Amino acid sequence: MLVTGVARQLGGRLVRRIQRDPEVDRVIGVDAVRPGHRLGGAEFVQADIRQPAIAKVLAEHEVDTVVHMDVTGTPLSSGGGRTTVKETNVIGTMQLLGACQKSPTVRRLVVKSSTSVYGSAPRDPAVFTETTPPKSLPSGGFAKDAVEVEGYVRGFARRRPDVAVCVLRFANILGPSADSPLAEYFSLPVLPTVLGYDPRLQFVHEDDVIDVLRIAAGEPRRGTLNSGTFNVAGEGVLLLSQCSRRLGRPTVPVLLPAVRWVGTALRTVGVTDFSPEQIRLLTHGRVVSTAQMRETLGYEPQYTTAETFADFARSRGPGLLPPDSLARAVDRVAGLPFAPFPGGALAGTTTPSNAE
Amino acid sequence: MADAKVIPFDDDRSRQSAQRTGRRRPVPGRRKAEPGPQPLGTPAAPVSALPGAQEAVEQASGARAADRQEQRGGWDRRIAGGLSFLRRRITGEYDVDEFGYDKELTDQVLMSILRPFYDRYFRVEVKGVENIPAEGGALVVANHSGTLPLDGLMMQVAVHDHHPAGRHLRLLAADLVFMLPVVNELARKAGHTLACSEDAQALLERGEVVGVMPEGFKGIGKPFGERYKLQRFGRGGFVSTALKAGTPIVPCSIVGAEEIYPMIGNSKTLARLLGFPYFPITPTFPWLGPAGLVPLPTKWTIQFGEPIPTDGYPPEAAEDPMLMFNLTDQVREQIQHTLYKLLVQRRSVFF
Repeated sequence: MLVTGVARQLGGRLVRRIQRDPEVDRVIGVDAVRPGHRLGGAEFVQADIRQPAIAKVLAEHEVDTVVHMDVTGTPLSSGGGRTTVKETNVIGTMQLLGACQKSPTVRRLVVKSSTSVYGSAPRDPAVFTETTPPKSLPSGGFAKDAVEVEGYVRGFARRRPDVAVCVLRFANILGPSADSPLAEYFSLPVLPTVLGYDPRLQFVHEDDVIDVLRIAAGEPRRGTLNSGTFNVAGEGVLLLSQCSRRLGRPTVPVLLPAVRWVGTALRTVGVTDFSPEQIRLLTHGRVVSTAQMRETLGYEPQYTTAETFADFARSRGPGLLPPDSLARAVDRVAGLPFAPFPGGALAGTTTPSNAE
Repeated sequence: MADAKVIPFDDDRSRQSAQRTGRRRPVPGRRKAEPGPQPLGTPAAPVSALPGAQEAVEQASGARAADRQEQRGGWDRRIAGGLSFLRRRITGEYDVDEFGYDKELTDQVLMSILRPFYDRYFRVEVKGVENIPAEGGALVVANHSGTLPLDGLMMQVAVHDHHPAGRHLRLLAADLVFMLPVVNELARKAGHTLACSEDAQALLERGEVVGVMPEGFKGIGKPFGERYKLQRFGRGGFVSTALKAGTPIVPCSIVGAEEIYPMIGNSKTLARLLGFPYFPITPTFPWLGPAGLVPLPTKWTIQFGEPIPTDGYPPEAAEDPMLMFNLTDQVREQIQHTLYKLLVQRRSVFF
């Protein structure tokens, strides 16, 4: 089995986890740079997937399963900017698919994509299914890369019908070690939001990402099918306002044109990668249907969107307005002896709702 | 004076004073001939079966104490409820569904804001709300009018407040609603979603009551002279959605919304400039500025009609354009007919 993009946290975790599966003989990790973390017993091959050399790696190790994780929105460490990322995403995928096409041993291909291929616009339906055509195609950035990558993967699937192809569209990945732009955004002390919009967001936990990738990379279980395109997201929805309150980070609503300007400014000084597609997500939000994942792929995520977010929030530490202390403040008010009413009855009625 | 009606004392104070002063103050409208302790016993209507005056007194004071207790408990509960609401809101511990519907906020806040308009301002009279099934999906199809979509909101309050099963109407709104800041946020939280077949079907399949106004901008932005004339019902997409989900269609006629902003003109240039489908000119707007936005206090009637079942059709029926047009016409006719009937019954626009 060959995994690309192992220098990233997620790729590294997948490699470490997948070696423990009995049906996996050998894991080869590929990335252009040497990973900073352990890869366990996996073999690491330093190769740039943008170069044709990747075909040699495939042939040399007689790879039968390729997990393509190197489709990402942000550059790894400080090296390279947006151009490198785009090249790795698009050219890298093309090279990898070309190599797979020539390889007689490859039987299975898993590609990590993103729900950002749906874009987000006010004219979109509230819930995207795998077949919903986007109303407005992403005009640039990672989302456009993902759309293009998926296009090449579809072409590959047509040319090599004997290879099982699985495209996994992940919602925003969060978790204790997530390093996505959205995680960075939620780590800001004060969250800039778009005035008059409260987007619906969906998250998927890192653990679930690893599990889904394992299911997709292995033989399908009885009664399930693991080739095709699947949305992967935790159940439920959180509004951005809810997220900020649960994190305890205050929000600053900014007018939409100003947000774009602030985003550009922040990007220039390198505080955060506040890309235009990120702003669109934080304006209109995006929710996908996960019925296919549950029914066809047969996977039930361990974490709901809210639980994923709670896990993420725990790892980030309290914000300026921690929800616990706010709740305590309200309880103190509730405990005050109101003139004619003793506090006792009041406390009695609040308790059940606290327990909820 | 043929057998006079017994008017019971209805308030604690009068009961008390009657007790204290004995039989000095006869109750108006009571037959004078009745002697004995009965006048004391009977007034406290619910406890009047007891003959002894003393017991009645005890009962009365007991009830009074219980009343006060209850009132106090009510206040306690209300404050506690308010605080726990506040607590949930500021810590973000509440749920919204995939469409962004925030049930708690809608019930506690948004409906309370709309209710005065509903009760006091437009004095909406609701008829036939029980035609919306108590459970399962249903598609409520209504006429659309009034320049601003207040009719949809009032329909939502009508279903929310008057339906015996306490159902919530999920309205389908135009894409313009979701492009405007603030409006889109509130619309999503109030349970509205984009008028597209995917969303409508998803909601119907979950067993929600979905409200749609198929006339769209043609209905809401029509000139005053054409009031209560139904416009074309889109392309009948709502019928095929209902057919696919197998849910009944409930026609709904709203009278009164047409006159809230009598649209005497439409500035096409301004509309194009602002990107709106129409720019209304009413006797007060835009001449009086924001004051022109105050709607006329018309008297409304919302009538929900007999549901039209759609579950008897084969699955391929949703693809049959002929059937679609027939059903669309049937719904349209029914709404139009009810509109005329209600208009005939109406005494005046404002009362």
